[in-house]
Amino acid sequence: NASDIGSRRNQGIEKILIANRGEIACRIIRTAKRLGIRTVAVYSDADENSLHVKSADEAFRIGPPPARLSYLNASLIIEAAEKTGAQAIHPGYGFLSESADFAQHCEDKGFAFIGPPASAIRDMGDKSASKRIMGAAGVPLVPGYHGVEQDIDFMKLQADEIGYPVLIKPTHGGGGKGMRIVQSPKEFIDSFIGAQREAAASFGINTILLEKYITKPRHIEVQVFGDKYGNVIHLNERDCSVQRRHQKIIEEAPAPNINSDFRSHLGQAAVSAAKAVSYHNAGTVEFIVDTLSGQFYFMEMNTRLQVEHPVTEMIVGQDLVEWQIRIANGEPLPISQSQVPLSGHAFEARIYAENVQKGFLPATGILHHYHPVPVSSEVRVETGVEQGDTVSMHYDPMIAKLVVWGEDRTGALIKMKDCLSKFQVAGLPTNIDFLLKLANHEAFGNGEVETHFIELHKDDLFVDPNDSLSTQQTYNAAIHGAATAAACACEKKNVAMRESAPGTLSLWYANPPYRVNHCANTTMELEWDDEFSKSGSQQLFINITCLSKGKYQIETRDGNFPGIEMTVTQLGDHNFRVEHGGVSMNVSVSTYLQDQMEHIHIWHGSNHHHFKRRVGLELADIDESQHRQASDGSSSHPPGTAVAPMAGLVVKVLVKDGAKVEEGQPILVLEAMKMEHVVKASSGGYISGLRVTAGQQISDGTSLFTVKDG
Amino acid sequence: HSISRRVSRNSPSGAARQLCSGVLPDTLDRSSESFIRNSQAMEGLISQLHSQIHQVMNGGGAEAVKRNKSRNKLLPRERIDRLIDRGSSFLELSQLAGHELYDHALPSGGIITGIGPVHGKLCMFVANDPTVKGGTYYPITIKKHLRAQEIAAQCKLPCMYLVDSGGAFLPKQAEVFPDKENFGRIFYNQAVMSAEGIPQIALVLGSCTAGGAYIPAMADESVMVKGNGTIFLAGPPLVKAATGEEVSAEDLGGASVHCRTSGVSDYFAQDELHALAIGRNIVKNLHMAGSTDGWHHKLSNFKEPLYAAEELRSIAPTDLRQSFDIRSVISRIVDGSEFDEFKKLYGTTLVTGFARICGQPVGIIGNNGVLFNESALKGTHFIELCTQRNIPLIFLQNITGFMVGSKSEANGIAKAGAKMVMAVSCAKVPKITVIIGGSFGAGNYAMCGRAYSPNFMFFWPNARISVMGGAQAAGVLAQIERGNKKKAGVQWSKEEEENFKAVVVEAYEREGSAYYSTARLWDDGIIDPADTRKILGLCLAASLNRKPESTKYGVFRM
Repeated sequence: NASDIGSRRNQGIEKILIANRGEIACRIIRTAKRLGIRTVAVYSDADENSLHVKSADEAFRIGPPPARLSYLNASLIIEAAEKTGAQAIHPGYGFLSESADFAQHCEDKGFAFIGPPASAIRDMGDKSASKRIMGAAGVPLVPGYHGVEQDIDFMKLQADEIGYPVLIKPTHGGGGKGMRIVQSPKEFIDSFIGAQREAAASFGINTILLEKYITKPRHIEVQVFGDKYGNVIHLNERDCSVQRRHQKIIEEAPAPNINSDFRSHLGQAAVSAAKAVSYHNAGTVEFIVDTLSGQFYFMEMNTRLQVEHPVTEMIVGQDLVEWQIRIANGEPLPISQSQVPLSGHAFEARIYAENVQKGFLPATGILHHYHPVPVSSEVRVETGVEQGDTVSMHYDPMIAKLVVWGEDRTGALIKMKDCLSKFQVAGLPTNIDFLLKLANHEAFGNGEVETHFIELHKDDLFVDPNDSLSTQQTYNAAIHGAATAAACACEKKNVAMRESAPGTLSLWYANPPYRVNHCANTTMELEWDDEFSKSGSQQLFINITCLSKGKYQIETRDGNFPGIEMTVTQLGDHNFRVEHGGVSMNVSVSTYLQDQMEHIHIWHGSNHHHFKRRVGLELADIDESQHRQASDGSSSHPPGTAVAPMAGLVVKVLVKDGAKVEEGQPILVLEAMKMEHVVKASSGGYISGLRVTAGQQISDGTSLFTVKDG
Repeated sequence: HSISRRVSRNSPSGAARQLCSGVLPDTLDRSSESFIRNSQAMEGLISQLHSQIHQVMNGGGAEAVKRNKSRNKLLPRERIDRLIDRGSSFLELSQLAGHELYDHALPSGGIITGIGPVHGKLCMFVANDPTVKGGTYYPITIKKHLRAQEIAAQCKLPCMYLVDSGGAFLPKQAEVFPDKENFGRIFYNQAVMSAEGIPQIALVLGSCTAGGAYIPAMADESVMVKGNGTIFLAGPPLVKAATGEEVSAEDLGGASVHCRTSGVSDYFAQDELHALAIGRNIVKNLHMAGSTDGWHHKLSNFKEPLYAAEELRSIAPTDLRQSFDIRSVISRIVDGSEFDEFKKLYGTTLVTGFARICGQPVGIIGNNGVLFNESALKGTHFIELCTQRNIPLIFLQNITGFMVGSKSEANGIAKAGAKMVMAVSCAKVPKITVIIGGSFGAGNYAMCGRAYSPNFMFFWPNARISVMGGAQAAGVLAQIERGNKKKAGVQWSKEEEENFKAVVVEAYEREGSAYYSTARLWDDGIIDPADTRKILGLCLAASLNRKPESTKYGVFRM
């Protein structure tokens, strides 16, 4: 066995095992293929047929769906590498990528770990240790006081030195308890005493730390790379300020509205940070930038390839995965700092399966329709899924990363908006429409990004239902979408029936369907999922008359929409050319059945609409119980019932069935996709029907408990 | 009349086509006075037809339709639209039944009938319209229901009854209850068709009272909708009167009672859409082995006629004394305008020949004038050919009658006519008749009028039907009247005679119209001439749903 280890060490990298899944696994496989390096995918049972498994030369099953039993199981992964004869292991991001133990384990077994040395991971993984090292290396840190001396006058002096506003924070606990923002010196004493009292009451310990409070922070990070010969360079910065739930959704490179001086200072600081821990391979140094003062401070270092690395690749014209492999293979950095280019501007938008309206809660479901935009040298789609795949509750709900490049920020932004409006996903809720709203926002257009961007502009990003003008516009667009979708659906059905009709009866399936002395006419009742309205959905009645082949007269039942004539030509399975009022345009329509409803998605112009329609006739096998269940399902649960907002694992149950609770009291905690969600009592009363227990897996919409009066 | 040979608009080389046997030339003079006059007159007739159709499409009126909707019920045509395959055609029959028949309107006779495919199987639909007099059966309602069953039996089409009816219309009980072709015949037909293996399916979507209760009860399979569907021999008021028992309609004969307890119905539907879905499923599960392999041909890739179907609207004269070449009609109905004429030079007032309509072979018999001895013999011969070869027959009627006069009688015109009537009566191939002009006297018989049980029969809006022309009838009747007056020694002034004649002519005028006919179900509907080919194609496909039968003739008088 020792000889195995030795031979692995001496051999160059010819086969890589990728200890990851999804888009990043696919991304790594693509580069490896180009370099002629063979790849081994590992997979859990949930991913048996997934894209990364199909793309790799070999695949190895490592366990059941839960990540801790598969993708986080280091020894199984090492075993897979041994069995398949790989020389190197690429951890991707997430999972084991920042486990120093895993990196060490790989090296011990003679596998090249495609990442930094275990020591650097360890140093940077400990937040306070890393700050100490950085401070010693002269990397700017957020001014603050973290000491043991707690005398109030001493603390006040510290605060004055830091400069206001100052954040007062208990060293223990969390959840914002005891936290105070002090705007001026005269507020300090009161706030400090209050924070101490609250901390003591909540956590039993009243030690306080002080930090400079940054009012308008930006999140800017620098991509660094080092080789095993002590060379470290940076590849410019990325701005990742636009975040929700503390997760990035749009990243860009370079950061907007900064000058080259600032850029080189930032870059030098990042290089110093990496050198301080003898870093090699890819890493990212994250900074918080105070937009008011123009100061930047070290936050942390991510010792791995980042999700958003493609925006850097786009502006420097390099393949960072290739660099990673070459460096792990002992090669030096291919270019020096002065040779690092900076060309144009790139954006990355992360497309997630999530419920934007339910506070960006992760969603699960089947990708019934998945048509990303076509890729080119300027448009990349990094994805690990295909149409028909399931986004499960086990892993991160990211569907794809859309990466675009343009000559400048304006050009890149136009391209991103165009791509987002053409990025077709149906089957589960996504954040695409939200990303489009973000991208269209004036402040974003001006590059006025900051960490609180979404919170700050929420009135623009989530349509206010009281704003009648925009509500009316939204409604009109939806009606037009519904009319177009209905016409396309009719045409598709007519064409399909005409083609698939039994030979002897084909005459009976005409386009348009024949009616004696009148035109075939049908009314479609569509439920419009208006995700930006309070009510959530509206019924639209669309009346369609088949005038002649491909030509439809469309009216709404309530008549508040002028009847229009549309001519529809089917171009492909989902694509149509629709002419109306002398203007013709391409539209895409996707339909699928789910929960006894027909879902219709339409992409027309820069709009995307989603409609639902009750189906009666298409049900292949109807039985009474099934139907009854469906009708019960649509009728809401009894008042006061809490249902699971997402599929996931019950982590904690905080009260007993029958307990008396206050309104808003936490009842249980769910976890899905690394996020915890607290389910609270909607009103005061007694809990009834609480049957779930910690450790139980539940599905979306499961009834959890009911709050009953008295 | 003058025939100008013009190059067709549809083809660059009309001359070349002349060489190809069977292709009919384009003989229509589009600039002629008659063309323009006919077009204008027909345009008026068609817009009149469309406005009549538009009216009956509204059923029993806005108020009744609203009430129907409030009960979560669809209108009968909407129900049918949801039962037939999406994107499929529906051949509705006798849309104007009951037109001006009673002292109040009875749109479509209170019942919708027609043919459409369900899971690729053609079915006959019979749907009560609850918005018209509560869906009760008037005499014409029964006639229309029975006619639909007759077509179903003839073409072996599964029957779907969409029941939502208050039963017989009681004030007219004497006209709806006792006779052979009255209410009872509905159930008789159900029984006989069921015995022949023609599926009988009832969807109880509304009330189904008294006699109506037997429609689902006699069905092979029946579906009931919770809440809306009820079946009972006597409703709650009658039960109270008869036995004193007080019971709600739902408890007396609702879906739950009949699907769980009585067994009168087989499928329990939560709502109407569910019932319609079950209805479709029932048809899907019909395995009528051997019934569809009949004499079907693959019907794709047939040629369209060379000349525009819309021009049929300009060909038929509204003045029936004007003649026109029936071939100009045939050339706009048959595939590729190809017509292989049989006995072209003999008995030329009857045009016979072989063609295809939407890929389906047919023998066409059309009038080009009065029937002579030779024409009748030719017609008989042609019918024999078609029955021998299982070729469906299309009759295009524009006939004033058989030739009269001593020469004809001496030639035995009655004998020749009898031969054709014998052939038409006994022919077991599908027969479809379209009355495109006049339909008078024995000509109606020989050309497969209603009495000769064509599978389908339609009227063009300009067509007229009567035992003879109004003027001729007035002449005959005036002659008799004059004789009677003379015997009685009464003077009959010229003026009085003219008045007498005018009354007769007026009555013939009224009773001979397409609307008078279609209101009484002497046909299966008035159609736009431009739709003739389409409808013939659908009817042929429906008629070919059964296996061919062999024809046996009676004694031909030689």
